[in-house]
This record gives sequence, structure tokens and C-alpha cells, in this order.
Amino acid sequence: MANVLVFIDNPGQALKKSTLELLTIARSLGETAVAVNGELSDDAVGTLGAYGAATVFRPSAADLDDYLVAPKAAFLAAAADKSGATTVLLENSPEGKEIAARLGIRLSAGVITDVVAVDPDGTAHKSVLAGSYTTTAKATTAVTVLSVKANTVDPEPATAPGAPETLTVDVPADATAAAARITSREQKVASGRPDLTDARIVVAGGRGLDGDFGPVEELADALGAAVGASRAATDAGWISHDAQVGQTGKTVSPQLYISAGISGAIQQKAGMQTAKVIVAVNKDAESPVFEIADFGIVGDLFQVLPQATEEIKKRKA
Amino acid sequence: MEETLKIVVLVKHVPDAQFDRHLSGEGHTTDRDESILSELDEYALEAALQLAEARGGAKAGNKVIALSMGPAGAVNAIKKSLQIGATEGVHLTDAALAGSDAAATSLALAAAVRHLGADTPVDLVLTGMASTDGETSLVPAQLAERLGLPQVTFASSLDVDGGRVSARRDADTHSETVEASLPAVVSVTDQINEPRYPNFKGIIAAKRKSITTLSLADIGVDSSQVGHAGSWTRVTAAEERPPRTAGTIITDEGDAGIKLVDFLAAQKLL
Ligand SMILES: Cc1cc2nc3c(=O)[nH]c(=O)nc-3n(C[C@H](O)[C@H](O)[C@H](O)COP(=O)(O)OP(=O)(O)OC[C@H]3O[C@@H](n4cnc5c(N)ncnc54)[C@H](O)[C@@H]3O)c2cc1C
Ligand SMILES: Nc1ncnc2c1ncn2[C@@H]1O[C@H](COP(=O)(O)O)[C@@H](O)[C@H]1O
Repeated sequence: MANVLVFIDNPGQALKKSTLELLTIARSLGETAVAVNGELSDDAVGTLGAYGAATVFRPSAADLDDYLVAPKAAFLAAAADKSGATTVLLENSPEGKEIAARLGIRLSAGVITDVVAVDPDGTAHKSVLAGSYTTTAKATTAVTVLSVKANTVDPEPATAPGAPETLTVDVPADATAAAARITSREQKVASGRPDLTDARIVVAGGRGLDGDFGPVEELADALGAAVGASRAATDAGWISHDAQVGQTGKTVSPQLYISAGISGAIQQKAGMQTAKVIVAVNKDAESPVFEIADFGIVGDLFQVLPQATEEIKKRKA
Repeated sequence: MEETLKIVVLVKHVPDAQFDRHLSGEGHTTDRDESILSELDEYALEAALQLAEARGGAKAGNKVIALSMGPAGAVNAIKKSLQIGATEGVHLTDAALAGSDAAATSLALAAAVRHLGADTPVDLVLTGMASTDGETSLVPAQLAERLGLPQVTFASSLDVDGGRVSARRDADTHSETVEASLPAVVSVTDQINEPRYPNFKGIIAAKRKSITTLSLADIGVDSSQVGHAGSWTRVTAAEERPPRTAGTIITDEGDAGIKLVDFLAAQKLL
């Protein structure tokens, strides 16, 4: 049976849902091993066993987080060698993709990013050109490296859980020599709202908000949604850059995307047009956003949004 | 006075996203009829120009070399870069390069960067955060790995001083500062600066700037290492997604907020 290696970076106390998804995909492809950097709690080891991981590879060095990407790729390459993996799965975060990139060169392995599904033969499915095409791709090399998007499968524990064996992998001595060093790190305050990239509902605002994100935030909270924004709104400093949706921000595929005071420029569409349902509120009937909206309201968002928020609260009460 | 810099900026010629973009041919590659300099590479070019200008510009011996790999038309991305202010252009072009994936692209670009550093070393390779067609962000990391250089990616600010580069990076949960020694590969985001437009003087000056054309033989790469033959991934099928169509559009008559909630309820989204 093929061996599959899943990279888990700093799992924390409990494994994230996206990690459980990777483990679920891994089991569909072969026998699972994991390579874990950072603290690993007993609970997390238990979950790894429950999801069918037979082996846990740990790095011999504890300072991988002090550097950008490169030493993690070196560790993962060593773990891949040791496990005999023919497929390596990583998270599709910017850092996950870059570790995948460097791992690919180290293993002479084809890398496919932004994967949404993997067939048993290793064929990967993804969409390209801002969601206008769906493609399948396959590595032609002995090893395949895939970075997989979150929310693509339902996590499912193994039928027969096991207790994984832990093995240490030597991180090559030169792994940090030519690596950029992280000299300081500032934690950001959490918003308390769902994470934008995997939220079920996103309410996004643009230049039309004219500096006041209140109506968008209140509607988002009534719906339990994440808050997004156009670049015009983040550039103006009305909301953090983390909220930007689009080509140079986040790509989101929620069940529902409500766009308010956003014109719908191509770079904005690139990040949201794979949403299941799109609702747009804009006072200009000619706005391109209406070309892709399932339900469009030509009107003033300062009227429409608060009214909708009140109505939702009423119906939920 | 700070030391002068020799900077290579990677610029890609990509299909203009303002028009419909298509995949075609055996390898399902992008059609390049209406192509432009990838917008995200303008930020890398601007960052390079600012670093050079802070050190006395071209007159003081600073070099900003715009390097593009691509078919004949890719020379337009280089010309635009020269108009904006790059000091010279290099066009890596060869029929065998067609269909290169990120691994093959990074192999060819690494060889080109080594070639450009053969006489005087390159201090910095600057790239965009992603190409606007491929959108993988693989090339900068793979280039750094292949060249054995430090990788500083997604920089939203950048300083070079005393043979070191420092940058700020923003992630969802944290921001960090990173530091590396030169030479290094640095990719920059669209938050780093406000790219300038070419002005009339720049357009005239660009006509006198040189563009060197390199083939695979010039950089010592065998044709089997690149293109479809040298790529490690293959696109096996591509299907155009039916474009989204407009649904119901209403004009607010004082109750659109309620109608919006009715719609959400009907879609079972409440
Ligand atoms: C390289 C590059 C990358 C980019 N990346 C991104 C990206 O990732 N994400 C992104 O979003 N953009 C991106 N952009 C910018 C993009 O091109 C647009 O400029 C931007 O999306 C516009 O934001 P907006 O729709 O909020 O503003 P505008 O285009 O100014 O639209 C504002 C809209 O609000 C409406 N409005 C005003 N007042 C009201 C009101 N009271 N009620 C209802 N409607 C109202 C107006 O009718 C208008 O349609 C990028 C651009 C470039 C060049
Ligand atoms: N063919 C190319 N020629 C020049 N630069 C490129 C090429 N392909 C990628 N790059 C550079 O690598 C960056 C990231 O591209 P990508 O990895 O394709 O998303 C781009 O912003 C460019 O700076």
C-alpha cells in the first residue's frame, strides 16, 4: 500500500478541523504517517491515532519556528525519505504552499497547490484563472506534493484506531544556514468572529461604507458570519488588511456571500465568485457585481442592511 | 553612502484579467493574446527602483534588471519595465520552455540569475507575490531553494542595509519581522508601495536601454530539463465553468431588507 505523509505545523492542544480533513484524505490514499513540528499534546497524539496515523515523525531540532519555511521543508523532506511516502499532503496556507514548493525541489517531486479533491490514483482537482476553469492535474514524478484547501471533505476517524509510534528525524545541520530568521512576532487580537477563509457566511463591505463598517458587522453578527472587505476598504484603513477578499486577499467559497457597497471589480470577483449564493447591495444598478449576484438589491446599504439585521433578529427571537 | 545594489526583478507577461481568459492546447496552457506585465510584479519593480534610488540610482552604479521568461511577446513586459525605470532588460526565451510548470520555470530562472551574476554578483532577486495567471506563489520559494539563497516572501515592507535585508510579513494571527543576509530572494505583496506609472521621459529613455535575449544554451540548461518534458506536473483536463448568471435584481422600495431576509430564508441560509 502507498505511504502518505501529512505535515502538521504547531498543532496546539487539539488538532484543527483542516488537519483532520488532511488525515481523512490521506487514509483514502494509503497508509498514513504524520510529520509534526512544534508542541504535541497527548490529546493530539490520541486524535492522530484515531484518524489512522501509524507513525509520527518529530524533528530533532526545536528551533524550526525561528526561521521562515526553509528548515521546515528540510525536516519534511527527511521525514518523507524515512517514511517512503509517495504522497505528501500540506495545508494550503501561504506558508504551507511555500513549504510544499521547497519540498518539491528537495524531493524532485511535482507540486500541486489549491487542491480541492484527490482521486485514489493521485489525480488532483483544482480551479484556476480566478475560478473560471476547473482542472485536473497529476504529478509525473515518483513523489507527489499536494497542498489541499480547507473545507473540502468531512473529517472522519478511522474504523480501527491505533496508537502511533513516534520516531525522531534528524534535521540536516545546514537547514538553517541560508534561512531567513524571524526576529520578532506580534500576535494579533482575535475578532471572535468565524475565520474568513472557512466561514459558512461572509458579509463584505467596500468603499460604499464610507468609513463605517457598523452595518456590515451588525449583519454579520446576526448571521454568525465572518466580515470581509474590498481592497478599497482595507486600503482606506477602515478595516484590517486580513479582511480583504480577492486576488491579493483571501479566496472564499462560502455558502453565502453578501456584498455591500462593492462594485465587483475583476480582482474582487477572483476571491468570491465560487461562493454558492451571492447577494449584492449597491446603489448603482450598473455595478458589475449584479452580473454575478443571485439576489441583487439596488438601494442604499445604510437602509437595507440595518433593516435586514433587525428582521433576522426578530425571526430568530 | 550605502553600497550600490544589483537587483534582478522577475517580471511575468500574463493574460490580461480584464478580458476572458482561456486554456487551450494539449497542455491546457493559457492563451496569451491580450497580455500585460503582471500587475503584481509592478510592486517588485517599484521596490527595486526605490532601493536603487536611495543609493543614487543608475548614475551611482545601481542596477535594476528586469528578467522575464516567456515567448516572443514577453518582451513587452520587459519594455514596460524599462519605461517604468528598470536599467536593463533580459528576455529568456526558447521554444523548449513552452509548458513549463513552476519546477521547470524556477530551474530556468535560477540558471538565468546565475548567468547574470557571473561577472558581478546579484545582491537581490525581487518577485511579485504571485503571478496573476498561475497564482501558485511557488516560483519564488522554488527559486530560493534552487539557488540556495535565503527566502523572504510576502514582504509588506523591505529594508536593505549593511548586507542584510529585513522585511515585515503579515499573517492572519500575527505579524512578524524577518531578517536575512544578501544575496536573497524576496517576494513582495501589493501592500508594500504604490507603483509608479511610466512617464513621457521614461518612455523615451526606455528606447535607449538594452534588452539581452538569452536562450537555454546561453544559460547552460538542456531542453529536456524544461517545458513539458522537464515539468513534474501535468494538467490532464480542463473544463470551463459555466459563467455565473445574474439572478433576481430588485430596487429598494423601503422593504428590501425584509425581502433580503425572505430570500435567505427561502434558500435555507438563516
Ligand atoms: C494588482 C491589484 C490587485 C487587487 N486586488 C484586489 C483584491 O484582492 N480585492 C479587491 O476587492 N480589490 C482588489 N483590487 C482593487 C479593485 O480593482 C477595485 O479597485 C476594488 O475592488 C474596488 O473596491 P470597491 O468595490 O469597494 O470600491 P468602488 O469600486 O469604488 O465601489 C464602491 C461601490 O459602492 C457603491 N456604493 C456607494 N455608496 C453606497 C451606498 N450608500 N449604498 C450602496 N452602495 C453604495 C457604489 O455604487 C460602488 O459600486 C486590486 C487591484 C489591483 C490593481
Ligand atoms: N515566466 C516568468 N518570468 C519571470 N518571472 C516569473 C515567471 N514566472 C513567475 N515569475 C515570478 O514569480 C512570481 C510568482 O509567480 P507564481 O509562482 O507563478 O505565482 C511572479 O510574480 C514573478 O515575479
